[in-house]
Amino acid sequence: MIEIHGLTKRYGQHTVVDRLSFSCSAGEVLGFLGPNGAGKSTTMKMLTGFVSPNSGTAAVCGHSISDAPLAARKHLGYLPEGAPCYPEMTPRSFLGFIADVRGLTGKRRKARLDEVIEQLHLGPVLDQSIDTLSKGFKRRVGLAQAILHDPDVLILDEPTDGLDPNQKHEVRDLIRSMSAEKLIVISTHILEEVEAVCSRAIIIASGKILADDTPARLAATSRYYNAVRVTLADESRFDEVRTALERLPSVAQTEPDRARLAITAIVRRGDNGVGPWREISALVADNRWDVASVQLEAGRLDEVFRQITKGTEA
Amino acid sequence: MSIVAALFRRELRSYFSTPVAYVFIVIFLILMGTFTFYLGGFYERGQADLSPFFNYHPWLYLFLVPAIAMRLWAEERKTGSVELLMTLPITPWQAVLGKYLAAWAFTGIALALTFPIWITVNYLGDPDNGAILAAYVGSFLMAGGFLAIGACLSATTKNQVIAFVLTVVACFGFLLSGFPLVLDLFSAWAPQTIVDGVASLSFLTHFSNISKGVIDFRDLVYFALVIAAFLYANTIVLQWKQAD
Repeated sequence: MIEIHGLTKRYGQHTVVDRLSFSCSAGEVLGFLGPNGAGKSTTMKMLTGFVSPNSGTAAVCGHSISDAPLAARKHLGYLPEGAPCYPEMTPRSFLGFIADVRGLTGKRRKARLDEVIEQLHLGPVLDQSIDTLSKGFKRRVGLAQAILHDPDVLILDEPTDGLDPNQKHEVRDLIRSMSAEKLIVISTHILEEVEAVCSRAIIIASGKILADDTPARLAATSRYYNAVRVTLADESRFDEVRTALERLPSVAQTEPDRARLAITAIVRRGDNGVGPWREISALVADNRWDVASVQLEAGRLDEVFRQITKGTEA
Repeated sequence: MSIVAALFRRELRSYFSTPVAYVFIVIFLILMGTFTFYLGGFYERGQADLSPFFNYHPWLYLFLVPAIAMRLWAEERKTGSVELLMTLPITPWQAVLGKYLAAWAFTGIALALTFPIWITVNYLGDPDNGAILAAYVGSFLMAGGFLAIGACLSATTKNQVIAFVLTVVACFGFLLSGFPLVLDLFSAWAPQTIVDGVASLSFLTHFSNISKGVIDFRDLVYFALVIAAFLYANTIVLQWKQAD
């Protein structure tokens, strides 16, 4: 549904997006990850035709965004960064305007408007000017605008930025509920969001793709993958436990966190699965240590992210 | 066409959902009245025509039309809504036309609200209403010309003050291009044909014909060309600058 080949954007001497190529299809939720200034937003702007690339092509549903921009944009719903809209309008008149421009008429227009107002809970603020709305409502008006015409491809630049945890949760649910028949591309630097909604994560920095995989497989490259975190009930035997853990053959090293009374045992590569966890659990039981929990870690995406993007920031 | 209509409706409605429309219309009407009755000597002349009224239109437009035009694109670029607008399935032409026509219709509304002066002159005497209608058409076209220049310049910047100042200067140049103030800039180095060409661009010359009630086809074509040329330039500037 989206095909990108060698997409490049330069501002003066500075190359913001550097020969980017990837493709993705319906049913995917693609998370675009990267440090600030990595080229995430610029890529999205090129994908929607707002910025023209210096070289390379982007196509949406088979329509080239530079040669057939209108056909491509008909398939696109786009939430630009910061969710700009017209502050003097009310959500009702704003969404009505978008419906008119998108060519929605009659019953379908009304049905779609009712549906997105319902989905994004805009009912109570429909006739207030957007200017006076909270950040959360403004963002939701922007989302409503993007999904109004039920597009095949949704491009959302930081869709949950500025929302409170409950609103974030709702937006993620919404994204998940739409993901079956659409292609959704989101950019974010919130890593938990990638784990929560994305089926694929692309990490970019300095305009280049550094990693492209499922969030779970990316997390599996973390050294914390299958690590075991032992949390003690009190501090008295902290050092004893640590030494005992380090003596285990499957444990490569330990990371103490004295403030939380926790020790993370990082396992050797190849010793994957629950083996080391069983071993450590048995050790705890044998020694009658007073522990609060023994947890198996799934790998930390933030650590992988830092590893991959380290040294690329300008 | 329905897209241009949707853009037009949104834009025109946004004038009236902020104080901009009311402030503009009130100031416009007050200044029109003041100029006509005090500076123009409407009563003292003792003639049943509206030339004291129309003679001040170019000068009033010089400052008031750029005030309307400055926000057209500069504001969209400042708030980022231009990104939303230009990623909808619309062409740059539709966007430029929809917004421009709304602004022009708005100045048309302000101009139409000067009708009491027309009633006054009809009450006091027996004017040539055909000539008055022609002058209204000319005034509306001239406002459209100023507005097209302003719309184009508004797309060059995110800053409304810069858009305003640029537009006032450009409109002033167009207004006075038949006068030595502007012509002297050209006569020193350019051949006579260019000087004549610049002189023929004067808004004042073309407007003064129409305001006397003489609708010359060439004057209409002139304003239509100015508007078309600047709207075309507007689409180009927009595509060039929109993402900056």
